[in-house]
Amino acid sequence: MEFILLIKGLIILTIFALSLGIAAYETYFERVIAAYIQDRVGPDRAGPFGILQPLADAGKLFFKEDFIPTLADKGLFIIGPGIAMLTALMSSAVIPFGDTLLIKGQYIPVQGMDVNIGILWVFGIVSLGVYGILIGGWASNNKYSLYGAIRAASQNISYELAMGITLLSVIVVTGSLSIRTIVGLQHGIDWNIFYQPVGFLIFVTCSLAECNRTPFDLPESENELVAGYHTEYGSMKLGLYLFSEYVNMFISSAIIASLFLGAYNYPGMDFVHSFLTGKLGESFGHNLATVLGILVYILKIFFFIFVFMWVRWTLPRFKYDQLMNMAWKWMMPLSIVNLIIVAAAELSPYPLLFNYIGLAIFAFLYFGSRTVYNNKKSKL
Amino acid sequence: MNKGLPQDYLPLLIQFSLALGFVVMTIFASTYLGPRLRSKRKEDPFECGIESQGDARLPMSVKYFLIAILFVLFDVEIIFMYPWAVNFKKLGWFGFTEMLMFVGFLMAGFYYIIKKGVLNWDED
Amino acid sequence: MHFLEIIKNLSLVQWAFYFLSILTLYGALGTILSKNPIHSVIYLVVTFFSISGIYIMLNAQFLAAVNVIVYAGAIMVLFLFVLMFLNLKEESTEMKTSPMLIAAVSTGLLLGLILIATIRKAEITRVNYNDFDPNTGLIETLGMVLYKNYMLPFELVSVLFLVAMSGAILLGKREKGESHF
Repeated sequence: MEFILLIKGLIILTIFALSLGIAAYETYFERVIAAYIQDRVGPDRAGPFGILQPLADAGKLFFKEDFIPTLADKGLFIIGPGIAMLTALMSSAVIPFGDTLLIKGQYIPVQGMDVNIGILWVFGIVSLGVYGILIGGWASNNKYSLYGAIRAASQNISYELAMGITLLSVIVVTGSLSIRTIVGLQHGIDWNIFYQPVGFLIFVTCSLAECNRTPFDLPESENELVAGYHTEYGSMKLGLYLFSEYVNMFISSAIIASLFLGAYNYPGMDFVHSFLTGKLGESFGHNLATVLGILVYILKIFFFIFVFMWVRWTLPRFKYDQLMNMAWKWMMPLSIVNLIIVAAAELSPYPLLFNYIGLAIFAFLYFGSRTVYNNKKSKL
Repeated sequence: MNKGLPQDYLPLLIQFSLALGFVVMTIFASTYLGPRLRSKRKEDPFECGIESQGDARLPMSVKYFLIAILFVLFDVEIIFMYPWAVNFKKLGWFGFTEMLMFVGFLMAGFYYIIKKGVLNWDED
Repeated sequence: MHFLEIIKNLSLVQWAFYFLSILTLYGALGTILSKNPIHSVIYLVVTFFSISGIYIMLNAQFLAAVNVIVYAGAIMVLFLFVLMFLNLKEESTEMKTSPMLIAAVSTGLLLGLILIATIRKAEITRVNYNDFDPNTGLIETLGMVLYKNYMLPFELVSVLFLVAMSGAILLGKREKGESHF
């Protein structure tokens, strides 16, 4: 027991350090990708290829003046960014980063904790993430901050609904809330994305909105609200807000990859596992196969992080009414229709086939009725 | 077979203390590392250069409030559906029709909301 | 010395329980004692969070998650929104008149009395540790019970939601030509 807890502690420490490190280097990659898309040079001063840029940024932020406005609520002003960062860092414990490690004859899963309600834990922490922004914006006692905070909160809660319903359609297929079980059922290339492509698209869109990334970054739209909820923040408190966004991006990429793309599963993994255990012995071969799985997972995460950035530098920002209409009038009904189709298909003898048939029928009905409606309108 | 025990959550303590330690360290470090140059002008609420008028905590549009109420209702609905989704295969078509009725009632409410124009942000 | 002995001999479960209880009470006291309503809301979130911890200790894992998602994540956000609507500068003067104060105190005392009486009357059934199923509080068991035995109440809940929804719209949505209030 003690031994397992020690290994678990080491795994958590590694994952924690990894998520912070990746989040730090996301800022660098964001600039590099932005520069590439806009045909600029990008960061190239700090170290070779500007690779030390995140360190330089952090150093700069630490040595900035850390000031608190006179009219602000002092305590809440300080704990606001703290809550934002804390909620961002808490959810990585339940993500299964790899299969099991074989140490001293015991199989230990590469995961902080495998709990019965895994995905609900992430969902709960995400719903608490609103507080960091709401408290910070309110405590600043600045009109821009307050409006940014209110916008962020209502945007987050609106997209949380569609996200939750999409999550349900994943659970209907897998029948468990534990992320490890969900991942385990997507063995090889039996990934959930093939069973519910619509759910995947809704989930990715909602994750973009939950992370307050462009095109959903209304809370910090600089042409309306200066800097949104962190207008009054400076120094590392601002740093925590910005950093928590990048940590959230990493976490949501990991969640998308584990729910829909099978996390550490890749085609031919059984062959690789048996080949490695045959060549290198039971213990070392198994561990090496697990490490390969972890690398595959991290590759998938990086792909989604890239997609997040690609979207940011491609799409313009929505108007606020468009954003809300999309959440309530498009995502919500669509995710419920998707849930019903997935559930009905799951009870039928051929889930994969019936799912696509259901989607086709729905698309036919929707576009057909729209054409009829438009024809009637034009006749009148 | 035990499907889950409170002991599963022990690693959470490690995670929580790590995260809390990181946050507290960062906030403390930034408080003591930076310079301190106080001035009245600087510590006023920022309002693009002009002096700020009145209190910042103004009442807002009632739409945000309605969104929050509707969110609570739909969130509870989604929570009700989790135990169903987990037992989905055991409950079969019976559970499916049961849930279809539940969702049907809610969608009736949703239709009412849409028709009432509660979610139209571009009009008053 | 005796007290120190007790502290030394506490098991991990007891440590966790006492820590969570103290946190819960701290949050609850903070909620009613802080002057600023926004601070009260934050304290209440702390209370809910520690209650979730106690649920986890009882192995009611789904309940713990629901408590965090619905109470801490949804209802408290609604509270914050409502508080941001109100003008907090105006101190409420209602509570300062003596009839109000007397009414509040007597109601509180009565409620407390009822609570104590109920607890004294209640029969606490002891659970046998040896044949108790630890999966009782988990989501799988809960779902089977809810959707098999309690089907009608569950469907009625959706009617309740419908009523709540239309009620909220009736209160919040201003019709054309209706006077402001």
